[in-house]
Amino acid sequence: MRWECVIGLEIHVQLKTKSKIFSGSSTAYGAMPNTQASYVDAALPGVLPVMNREAAIMAVKFGLAVGAEINQTSIFARKNYFYPDLPKGYQISQFEVPIVGAGSIDISVGEKTKTIGITRAHLEEDAGKSLHEDFQGQTGIDLNRAGTPLLEIVSDPDMRSPAEAVAYLRKIHTLVRYLEICDGNMQEGSFRCDANISMRRPGDELGTRAELKNINSFRFVEKAIEFEIERQIEVLEDGGKVVQETRLYDSDKHETRSMRGKEQAHDYRYFPDPDLPPLVIDSDTLADIKKSLPELPEEKTARFICDYQLSHQEASLLTVDKTTAEFFEAVLEKHSSLTAKLVANWIGGELTARLNKESLTITESAVSAESLALLLSRVNDNTISGKIAKDVFNSMWETGDAPDNIIEAKGLKQISDSGAIESIVDEVLARSVTQVEQYKAGQHKVLGFLVGQIMKESRGKANPAQVNQILKQKLES
Amino acid sequence: MLHTLSLVDLASRLRDRSLSAVELSQHFLDRIDNASKLNAFITVDPEQVRTQAESADQILSTGDSHVLCGIPLAHKDIFCTEGMKTSCGSKMLDNFISPYDATVVKRLANAGMVTLGKTNMDEFAMGSSNETSWYGPVLNPWSEQRVPGGSSGGSAAAVGARLAPIATGTDTGGSIRQPAAFCGLTGLKPSYGRVSRYGMIAFASSLDQAGPIARSCEDAALLLDAMSGHDPLDSTSVNNAPSTASAQLANTISGLRIGLPKQFFEDGIDPEISRAVNVAIETLKSLGATTVEVDLPNSAAGIPCYYVIAPAEASSNLSRFDGVRYGYRCEDPVDLADLYERSRSEGFGAEVKRRIMIGAYALSSGYYDAYYLKAQRIRRLISNDFDTAFEACDVILGPTTPTTAFGLGAKTDDPISMYLNDIFTNTVNLAGLPGLSLPVGFDNAGLPIGMQLIGKFMQESILLNVGHQYQNVTDWHKAIPQEYQA
Repeated sequence: MRWECVIGLEIHVQLKTKSKIFSGSSTAYGAMPNTQASYVDAALPGVLPVMNREAAIMAVKFGLAVGAEINQTSIFARKNYFYPDLPKGYQISQFEVPIVGAGSIDISVGEKTKTIGITRAHLEEDAGKSLHEDFQGQTGIDLNRAGTPLLEIVSDPDMRSPAEAVAYLRKIHTLVRYLEICDGNMQEGSFRCDANISMRRPGDELGTRAELKNINSFRFVEKAIEFEIERQIEVLEDGGKVVQETRLYDSDKHETRSMRGKEQAHDYRYFPDPDLPPLVIDSDTLADIKKSLPELPEEKTARFICDYQLSHQEASLLTVDKTTAEFFEAVLEKHSSLTAKLVANWIGGELTARLNKESLTITESAVSAESLALLLSRVNDNTISGKIAKDVFNSMWETGDAPDNIIEAKGLKQISDSGAIESIVDEVLARSVTQVEQYKAGQHKVLGFLVGQIMKESRGKANPAQVNQILKQKLES
Repeated sequence: MLHTLSLVDLASRLRDRSLSAVELSQHFLDRIDNASKLNAFITVDPEQVRTQAESADQILSTGDSHVLCGIPLAHKDIFCTEGMKTSCGSKMLDNFISPYDATVVKRLANAGMVTLGKTNMDEFAMGSSNETSWYGPVLNPWSEQRVPGGSSGGSAAAVGARLAPIATGTDTGGSIRQPAAFCGLTGLKPSYGRVSRYGMIAFASSLDQAGPIARSCEDAALLLDAMSGHDPLDSTSVNNAPSTASAQLANTISGLRIGLPKQFFEDGIDPEISRAVNVAIETLKSLGATTVEVDLPNSAAGIPCYYVIAPAEASSNLSRFDGVRYGYRCEDPVDLADLYERSRSEGFGAEVKRRIMIGAYALSSGYYDAYYLKAQRIRRLISNDFDTAFEACDVILGPTTPTTAFGLGAKTDDPISMYLNDIFTNTVNLAGLPGLSLPVGFDNAGLPIGMQLIGKFMQESILLNVGHQYQNVTDWHKAIPQEYQA
């Protein structure tokens, strides 16, 4: 009999506020240990938290974007446990009344679209970091991260495959970057994920779940869940029972292993934090936040399809993040004669390939939207061919020079003079007697070879359409 | 004698330069030295006192100074003071030098007040006798075999013996008012949110308030006005203008309606206390006040409710004392669990540990609803009782404590009987209201008796006004223990 897996995700999104959620310290990543830890972050005796409203506004943006109920009055609670990187001995979080209630988001896997429920999203503070290296057997504590605002987004157990889980994770990742509430950097831990996984026979009640902690890349999410599914099936088919526990994914060994069982589970002794009054978002603020929401990925995709006559796939590719979409529209805006398809192909092709190769984001592209627009306008007006344009693009990337200068300096202008093309064609035909005979005998596929020879002779500069036309004329005359 | 002069008199001498702040503070430093047996202070730093006094003199000489400039005061050792030990009466913080000033400390320093030192207290403010302090008990200046009350026992003993003209205290369930009553002083617990809690080491965050322990309502009003006001560093501080109680002391109390809760005058109260309070009521009537009986039906639930909520919050507030970043750390911990266990069991005293355990239990899964949540509902009922009572009156009056100062060691083995000492005071904290204790006489043993006035939210000025009018026609507040008169 088949097994069905049931997956729910808890995503921790680091909110992009300048200062921490309950103190004025900077949240910038990568500073020297403990240089961004104030008295409040270090939990000195007597200090008190003060809520950073910006974090609440970001949480509300997310809530509105997933059509969730916003709790205009939400409550901060203390989650009590001891750990050296948790200076107060409790984490300020939200428990019974989170700022964002139930919402949902649509995901696509292959051709299928599915709605994933979002149970809730709540604000909380991040902990510091324990540093286990370089302290001769002791542990160092870095409190720079302590107090960084997090939005924990809890999904319903609605996913049924690792692919769905990854699609959901990507969707949320795209969304929080669109909303500009998170930088989405998984390596630096700005976007982290825990997965709850259980198995059941289709139609049965939910099985016992295991929780996978801190999986820090899309690839690992998929692999970790795949491993965990296999592990649980094996346990169940051997007649065993899955135990409720927290497991850690080891990406080197590609396995999950038990971190703590149910009996070691903490009793967090949640209670409302008496240092913080209820967090109130009044209706005016809510309306202002609503107005400030940017165009969201789905709206943008639909608009691109409609306004630019792009396919769904092209439009989705361009809207995968806001900066790509902006780049695309910036190119089009520079030269209204350009077709959206040409620009889309270039961004999806050459530009993306180069960015990936250099591990850069589109905002760091060495070729600006303006330069790319210039280059493509030269393809459009037949100054150069698409193929030559790729070489020019590479030169632009490396030298930062303007496309026209490169075309000029390297003599790459397309040859559209029929006389000049004719003489090249004649030259090639003269030395390709065999192929000409083959063509005349009906083997028309040699045409490609001949075009290639002519283009090579012109060093790629001959206008391909003209070459084709003249060549056919000559062969058939 | 400088230690018998009111703050107003001291201020006028400082201003006309017939008295310097250095002289004045030295007078009190000498008195502190001579009264060291009371154990009222944990830390006194004469050098720092001199520096602060000199700088106050400088400001005074410009003629543009705050009314309290140059006046010395003592801070309860629960307030963080930059560069000075802030122990909270605990071994846990015996080595803790605060890198910052509490808002209260900062405000009073900015006014030019001179910090004489830090006063002894029950460990982490948990106690009603000042016997849980790691620095040993404080003696009551009226009788050395008696406790001064707690948790602000050091501040009360210091002002009672005139070792300081005024002091700060904190009150979570009666910790200003009860020691004020035991030492013959005027102590005010302001409304919750009136005074910033920033830099005041938290016991129970939803109940803690700082206030003055003074010799008179007039002095208390001056200090309250200077220490109160909104603080952006404390999200629970009320966004009101600072108190202006001093300006309202002279108002007439004719027509004032005094509510007398029958629950405050039932059996179990020392008859000498009842008698003194009743005499005080007659005095207030003679000043034009009227009385009306009011009902606080849920008063009896105050103690159990308080002893769930306060320990619950404390169990969490005291988690930060873990031996990791500051404070006491056990020797040679073998691992993390050992570090936590031994640092905390060696660093905290018995009463603190008892309350952490009670609190952790009340919050634990499966018990939360039965204890913490139920206590919160009772708290709401207690608060509603006051609202209803205040429909019929302007202030509520009763005894501050059921007994006068008890003997040292008399209740240390019986926590419940110790807790019951707060029976009239802790409901006021639960409701977030202001409460004032003022002296209204002595019992047969010569121990001071305190009377409590409870006001509506943010109406400290009315309490101080009533108290001041009473003190205008009585002398109880001027009494000084024999030994400390000269």
